[in-house]
Amino acid sequence: MKRVFADLHLRLNVKDPAGTLRITNKAANIGYRLIAVPLAPETRMEEVAKLREVCKEAGLDFASRIDLRPRTVNELMLRLRRLRRKFEIISVACENKQVARQAAKDRRVDLVSFPLLDFRYRFFDRAEAELASNSLAALEIDVKPLLVLEGPARVRLLSSLRREAEVAMKSHVPIVVSSGVAAEMLLRKPREMAALAFLFGLDEDYALDAVSQNPGAIVKRNREKLGSGFLAPGIRVVKEGKDC
Amino acid sequence: MYAVWDAVVKLYGEYGASLTSLTLIDYDLERKTSILRTSLVTVNMVRASLASITSLAGADAAVHVLAVSGTTKALRKKLKW
Repeated sequence: MKRVFADLHLRLNVKDPAGTLRITNKAANIGYRLIAVPLAPETRMEEVAKLREVCKEAGLDFASRIDLRPRTVNELMLRLRRLRRKFEIISVACENKQVARQAAKDRRVDLVSFPLLDFRYRFFDRAEAELASNSLAALEIDVKPLLVLEGPARVRLLSSLRREAEVAMKSHVPIVVSSGVAAEMLLRKPREMAALAFLFGLDEDYALDAVSQNPGAIVKRNREKLGSGFLAPGIRVVKEGKDC
Repeated sequence: MYAVWDAVVKLYGEYGASLTSLTLIDYDLERKTSILRTSLVTVNMVRASLASITSLAGADAAVHVLAVSGTTKALRKKLKW
């Protein structure tokens, strides 16, 4: 079956329509069919609809996304409660261990990510992976730092990504490889993203799944949940009325 | 070609670069397209190295792989070259 490639972290400036059009067209030309753009919590529905339309014209499926960066567990819970039903993807950037653990075990969180440059705050260990595995949260890895860093910084980053990817694979935590870029020049083809994922130890199938199947499954699952008929996992309203 | 070698050496070191058997076969200035030869087992190494190129001669740039093939004849057919 043909893979549907996705980039769940394309940083578009929604205030710049020309730039948005240029980047979405390039994403479509290089083989993506699904993109997710991080939006601000106060983004209006009209702006989202406009962005969705631009993507549709370029031949892309658009998913709304929000990046949370909570300082405490309570802040995380509060923001999840407020925003879960507004966005198709919720990503949590974990900056302390308590938030990381809560994000990994909360079923409302789709993606967990860690600061790529501050290695003290990378909390993705076996305990975190076990929690994420049970709640279906995925580990998100942006390739942008691999492109812009050089020398010892890139070596250290690759080393920690390799360790985390190994832990994720052992615990069956899906890995999502995203671009995380805002510039057109840093966009890479899906197979190039997969090739960059080889650098931190993913094999060919796993790397391709990380840019196609895994992100696609998250969006599909959440669209189902956000649909009007959804009651609980596996239970949805098929028909309503007196004749049921 | 220097930029490609530079990227391969930066990512995989001189030992890794020596495994790739990287050779420039052809370059079309108008189309800004080149044909590179590498051994089959190192295709993904070269692909990752090409993806890691972010500038050429001081200007921002991106290098994309258009097609991969076993023979140059099939490759030229694919690229309509």
